[in-house]
Amino acid sequence: MKDDDDRRRLDEPRNVTRIVYGLAVLCALIFAADLFYTKHPHFAVEEWFGFHAVYGFVGAFALVIVAKGLRRVLRRDEDYYERGDDDG
Amino acid sequence: MTANPALLLILGAAGVPLLRGLPRHALMAAVPVAGLVLLWALPEGTAPGLQFLGLELMPVRVDALSRVFATGFLIAALLTMVYAMHLRDTLQQAMTLVYAAAAVGGTLAGDLVTLFVFWELAGLSSAFLIWAGRNERSHRAATRYLAVQLLSGLLMLAGIVLRVQSGAGLEFGHLGLDAPGGALILAAIGIKCAFPLLHSWLTDTYPEATIVGAVALSAFTTKFAVYTLARGFAGTEMLVWVGLVMAVFPIFYAVIENDLRRVLAYSMINQLGFMVVGVGIGGALGINGASAHAVADMVFKGLLFMSVGAVMLRTGTANGSDLGGLYKSMPQTAALCMVGAASISAFPLFSGFATKSLIMEAVGQEHLTVAWLLLLFASAGVFHHAGIKIPYFAFFAHDRGYRVAEAPLNMRAAMVMAAVVCVAIGVAPSLLYDMLPYAVDYAPYTTAHVINQLQLLLLAALAFTVLVRTGLYPPELRSVNIDADYVYRRALPQGWRALSRAADAGRARIGPVLRRRGGELWEIATGPLRPGSRVSRPWSTHLMVWWTALVLGAMLLLAFL
Repeated sequence: MKDDDDRRRLDEPRNVTRIVYGLAVLCALIFAADLFYTKHPHFAVEEWFGFHAVYGFVGAFALVIVAKGLRRVLRRDEDYYERGDDDG
Repeated sequence: MTANPALLLILGAAGVPLLRGLPRHALMAAVPVAGLVLLWALPEGTAPGLQFLGLELMPVRVDALSRVFATGFLIAALLTMVYAMHLRDTLQQAMTLVYAAAAVGGTLAGDLVTLFVFWELAGLSSAFLIWAGRNERSHRAATRYLAVQLLSGLLMLAGIVLRVQSGAGLEFGHLGLDAPGGALILAAIGIKCAFPLLHSWLTDTYPEATIVGAVALSAFTTKFAVYTLARGFAGTEMLVWVGLVMAVFPIFYAVIENDLRRVLAYSMINQLGFMVVGVGIGGALGINGASAHAVADMVFKGLLFMSVGAVMLRTGTANGSDLGGLYKSMPQTAALCMVGAASISAFPLFSGFATKSLIMEAVGQEHLTVAWLLLLFASAGVFHHAGIKIPYFAFFAHDRGYRVAEAPLNMRAAMVMAAVVCVAIGVAPSLLYDMLPYAVDYAPYTTAHVINQLQLLLLAALAFTVLVRTGLYPPELRSVNIDADYVYRRALPQGWRALSRAADAGRARIGPVLRRRGGELWEIATGPLRPGSRVSRPWSTHLMVWWTALVLGAMLLLAFL
C-alpha cells in the first residue's frame, strides 16, 4: 500500500494544462498537414481543406452536447428497475 | 473424420473440473492452442458428412471465411482462459471453453442443423457466465439473457424448417432474405447480432456477467452472429442501413452511461454496426472488412473488458462515478487498457486502423456518401467514449483514493497477449489480411489515410478536452438510462400488473351489478316456465288442438316452399 499523499506529476494542474497545450499544438500541426500531400478521395467533401479535422471536432462536440440533452429524457435512478420489480 | 476443434474444446472443458493447480492451468491454455493447431491442420473443404436421423450433416467445413473466424475465436478463447486462471470457480472456466467450442463449431458447421445446435449451445453455455455471479441480480439477468437466446434459437429453427420444407436443403451457404425461411433466420441472427431494438439484451445483461464472463461474452456470441450473417446474407442491402443505425445510436448512450462495462457493451454494438455495414455491402472488400474487423474486435474489445474487469476486481466497482486516479496503483493495467482503446479507436499502428479501414474503403468504392459520413461520425464517437472515456474515468480524472494492488499476474499476462495481437495486426496488417476470405488489394498505410485518421481522432480528443475543461462535459452520475429493455423490464411487467389490477377492480365494481342484473334477467326469462305461469298451467283441450293444427299447417306450408 502506498501513502495517501503520493502526488504525481499529473496531480499538478500546471502539468495537465501543459498536456492540453501540447494536444492543441499537435492538432494545429495535423490540421496544417493537409497542405503537404495530395488527396485521392472517393467523396467530394474530402477535398475540403482539413475536412477530417473539422468533422472530428464538430462531430465529437455535437455528440456530447446531444447526449447530454438526451440524458434529461433517458436518465433514471440507479435502482430504477429493481424498484419496479417490487411493485407487484 | 470427426476431427473438429469444437469437440476438442468440449473434451478439454470436461477435464477442467477434474484437475487442480498447475495441471488445470496448463490444460486451460493447451486446449485452445491445440484447437488452433487442429484447425490449421484440417484441409480446406467439407469433411465427409454423417447421417443422423435421416439428415445429411456436414459438421466440419473449412474454408477461408470459416477459418478466419474460428482462428479469432480460438485466440479469444486462449486469452480468456489465461485471464480466468486465477479463479477457483471451475464452472466459469469450463463453461467458457464450452462457449468457445460452440462459436468454433458453429463457424465450421457446413449444414444448418449443426449450426442450430451450436447456436443454442452458445446461448446456453454463456448464460452460466452470468449466473456465476451467484446473486439475485445476476440470476435475474441470466434468466432474461437466456430467454432472448432461446427466442433467437426458436426463430432459427423455424426458419430452417421452412427452408427444408421448401426443398432448399440443409446446406449452410448463402441464404438470402427472400428465400423461404430467410427472414426468420435473419431475425434469429439479428437478435444475437444486436440489431437496433433487438439489442437491449446485450447492454442489459453483459455488464451483469462475472468479470471473466464479460470478457468471454464480448468475444463470441455477437461475432458468431456476424459470421452467420456474412455467410448467409452477404450483400443484403438493407443491412447497410441496419448497420449504420447500430454504429451511430449507441455512442450517444455510451457518453452518458456510468457503468464502464455497459459503455463497452454499447461500443460493441457500435463496432458490430461497422461489420454489419460491411456484410451489407458484400463483395470481396465488404466481407473481408467485416471478417477482419470481427477478429480484431474479439481481441481489442476483450482487452478493454479485461482491463475494466481488473479494475472491478480490485476496487469492486466499474462505475465511472466511483473510479479515477487508478493509474497510480495499476499503471500496467492502465497502459494495456490504452492499447485496447487505441485499437478500437483505429489509431494508426493499432489493429482497428487496419481492419475498420477495409469497411470504410468498401463504403467509399460504392460511393455511399451518407453512409460514409455516418461511419466517420461513429469513428470519432467511438474514440470519444471507448478510446478516451474508459481510460480517462477509470485511471485518471479525479483520484478517488483507491490504493490497490495491480491486477493478478495471469490477468496482466492475458492483457499483454491481447495487446501484442492488437499491435501486431496494426503494424503488420498482412498477418490478418492473408487469412481473409478474399485476396486483399488494399494498403491501409497511405499518407492521406494516416493523416486523415489522425486529424479525425486528435481533433475529437481536442473536443473532449475542451468540453472537460469548460465543464460542459456531462459528469458521470449514478444512474441508469432507459433503452429498449424498458419494454420488457418495465413496460410489459407494469402493463401486466396494471391489467391484473384493473381486472380485479373491474370485477369488484361490475361483478355485483352483473350478478344482480343476471339474476333479474333469469327471473324474467324463466318466469313463463315456473309453476303457476301461463305456459306451465294445464291447457284446455281445444287450445291444444288449435296449436297442433297451427304447427302442422306451418310445417305443411314450409314443405311447399
